[in-house]
Amino acid sequence: MSAYNSLTYNASLCVGCTECMKACALAKTGDATNLDQSRIKIVPAQEPEKFEAAICRQCGDAKCVMNCPSGALTKNGANGVIDWNADTCVNCLLCTVGCVYGGITYEASVGHVAKCDTCGGDPACVKVCKSGALGYVTTASIYNDYGDKEDMFVPGLAACQGCNSELMIRHVMRKLGRNVVVAAPPGCIPGMGTVGYNGKAGAKIPIFHPLLTNTASMLSGIKRTFERQGRDVTALALAGDGGTSDVGFQSLSGAAERGERILFICFDNEGYMNTGMQASGATSFGSWTSTTPVGDKLHGKSTDAKNLPMVMMMHNAAYVATASSVFMEDFYQKLDKAVEASKHGFAYLHLYAPCPSGWRFPAGLTIDICRLMVESNFVTLWDYTPGGGLEFTHPVDTPKPLDSYLKAIGKYRHLANEQVDRIKKLLEDRLSMLKRFQKA
Amino acid sequence: MQSCTHLIVGASHAGLTALSAIRMNEPDAAIVMATREDHLPYSPTVLPYVVSGRSDPAKVTLRSESFFDENKVSYLRKATLLALDTGANTAHFPDGRSIRYEKLLLATGASPNIPPIPGLKDVPFHVLRTMDDALGLKKAMVKGKRALVLGAGLIGTHAAENMAEAGMKVTIVEARGQVLPGYFDHQASGIIETAFKAHGIELVFGRAVKEIKSGQALLENGDAIPFDLLLVATGVRPDLSYLQGSGVKSDGGILVDELQRTNISNVWAAGDCARARLFQSEATGIAGILPIAVEQGRIVGQAMTDDAGVRNFPGSVSLNTYTFFGQQAISVGAGEAPESETSLCVDEDRNTYLKIVIKDGRLMGAAAVNQALDPGILWQLVLRRTDLSEVREAFLADPKTISRMLMSRIWR
Repeated sequence: MSAYNSLTYNASLCVGCTECMKACALAKTGDATNLDQSRIKIVPAQEPEKFEAAICRQCGDAKCVMNCPSGALTKNGANGVIDWNADTCVNCLLCTVGCVYGGITYEASVGHVAKCDTCGGDPACVKVCKSGALGYVTTASIYNDYGDKEDMFVPGLAACQGCNSELMIRHVMRKLGRNVVVAAPPGCIPGMGTVGYNGKAGAKIPIFHPLLTNTASMLSGIKRTFERQGRDVTALALAGDGGTSDVGFQSLSGAAERGERILFICFDNEGYMNTGMQASGATSFGSWTSTTPVGDKLHGKSTDAKNLPMVMMMHNAAYVATASSVFMEDFYQKLDKAVEASKHGFAYLHLYAPCPSGWRFPAGLTIDICRLMVESNFVTLWDYTPGGGLEFTHPVDTPKPLDSYLKAIGKYRHLANEQVDRIKKLLEDRLSMLKRFQKA
Repeated sequence: MQSCTHLIVGASHAGLTALSAIRMNEPDAAIVMATREDHLPYSPTVLPYVVSGRSDPAKVTLRSESFFDENKVSYLRKATLLALDTGANTAHFPDGRSIRYEKLLLATGASPNIPPIPGLKDVPFHVLRTMDDALGLKKAMVKGKRALVLGAGLIGTHAAENMAEAGMKVTIVEARGQVLPGYFDHQASGIIETAFKAHGIELVFGRAVKEIKSGQALLENGDAIPFDLLLVATGVRPDLSYLQGSGVKSDGGILVDELQRTNISNVWAAGDCARARLFQSEATGIAGILPIAVEQGRIVGQAMTDDAGVRNFPGSVSLNTYTFFGQQAISVGAGEAPESETSLCVDEDRNTYLKIVIKDGRLMGAAAVNQALDPGILWQLVLRRTDLSEVREAFLADPKTISRMLMSRIWR
């Protein structure tokens, strides 16, 4: 079973320019003026200046295929497209009865039914869409590439429901494979059982449990020992933001300064969530935590978060990047670059990991929160090398309102307007500071 | 005795859709699919195209031999269901073969309905329901000879067109007053009839055949229509003789509940042999159309595997697509309804027809000739009883665009 790439349409962005329909008609018939020939149909919505679309969804269990009496429609197992065979089609139109999306239609000027074939994986409509309403999501290739790879952690890790960190450590280790030594300092990651529990192993790879304070130094020593033995083994830390920005910072800073050849990944859930949701140096301003409560005097955390990725950039590390689990292609690219960089210097990956239990949002919304976090510019995705400078990998020019992000999360529920204003100012300042490091 | 978890009798759309749904839930359950045919699965709907030569009989199979191997399904040919012992969960087939099942789907389809016309039994005639029928009819068509078609339903009109295109002189006799009664009104069928007449096909309406003699049919009014080839296309009905003594209840079709289950708890029925609920009436009936067979087949496949996602069959809606001499006709839902309002748009110059029936702001039905519509979307609007009052005028003026808009905003 493969995952497939797919065309996407975001009605809220569509401006109704019909460029996609012209491009489709041109690609399919050579005539851009006959919009009836387009397989994507943009139609006006009820509201002024809004639009809707009808197009083939390349359904997994397609009714058009089931309704075809002549075997002319088939689901292509390799690319997921519903193929139409002109040779065997009898033009009975029963496929158009089966499709509830208007995805396969009859137009008299063509003389037969027509449907989207995604232009063989390079859709012409997407290329001409300037509003960003049409997209072609190729993330499926990631699941095809890594889905069959071995999961290096045991099933049944005891992470909270909706935990992003568990998801992401499994992704990381599927990609990195077995030639690795992992340090998991105290925090959610060992807490969920990765370092073992009840005398049983939690992972299929060498994994150890350093102190919060000495993660980077122990890992440096192990890496150097392997180097002396002539073995090329990736030394990897899977740490929380407390183990990175607070307690573990001294050894981390030292290892980065020395250019130790290790890869340090920080899973930033903005606090010590495993031990009862205490604030860390990475907890954002205004957040409720068990040590920054909301009452008459205190109104959540009164100081701003340290921005660790920027701090690590200042250490002249070989590679520094921020990443989010909603942009997996971006994440995997950065993981590749980080592993490569760790062969000759210090590599640091900062992964944003919203926490349903500690931040107080429904466990089913983790990925939505991850997305909103990036799309509201609460966090920024970028990577940095000393030679190349900083590059924004997912720039958000028209961010969603910050309020939509803050209101979705319980730990910000009490925020007063002045506090929100301060966060806005902070985010603006941070973005302009990052832009100064942008490569020319 | 062979035994299996799921026994599916019938290998057309209902059976095949059920098979897919079962395999999706139970990758390893033992499945037997039995068919009366000696062919790989095919659709009766494609047969007129086999007759016309448009379809190569070898290329219209819906599943290949390897499909059954890959899906670990035992495909039995020439296995007409003879009898059912629901107490012993056993189905009996020819040559003493019996199969014990845990769950059974009856998707045995229908057979031509042969009217009791005196003399008909004594002359050779054709029907069009199986591949062998189609190949036989194709072979019998001879240019210049006279063909008589009894019945102006889908099969009769399709075959008449095929025979006329093959150079035969064709006459259709239909006791009711139009072609495709039940799907189109007089005005819409008038457009279709005009095309038939233009291609030299003679239409005789409102008169029943009184007697068939060798080489000619005698009508009630005394007219005689000579023929070299006779095709009987007066509808189909399920052949349920195998139900005798089984305890499975039927009334012209097998009676089923909202999940297509019969009165016997491990026996289901779907497609042209099942009498299920109707969406736009209190009654039950046999839909007799391919898209409904697919709907019902999917429901049964899910029900047989205890799929928690299974949803009740909402009831059959009348659906039809018909192409004739390069033109298209579509109908969805009811052509008329009490206390409804009807919008009619006929353009004689462009040879188009569009009728929309709305009641209480809800779509009851639509019919179109040579006018592009998305019947699948209209079907959903009927089933969802979508309130059209806000877009009523726009919908009547341009149902294609407005229904696409409604689709995109309601169930995209």
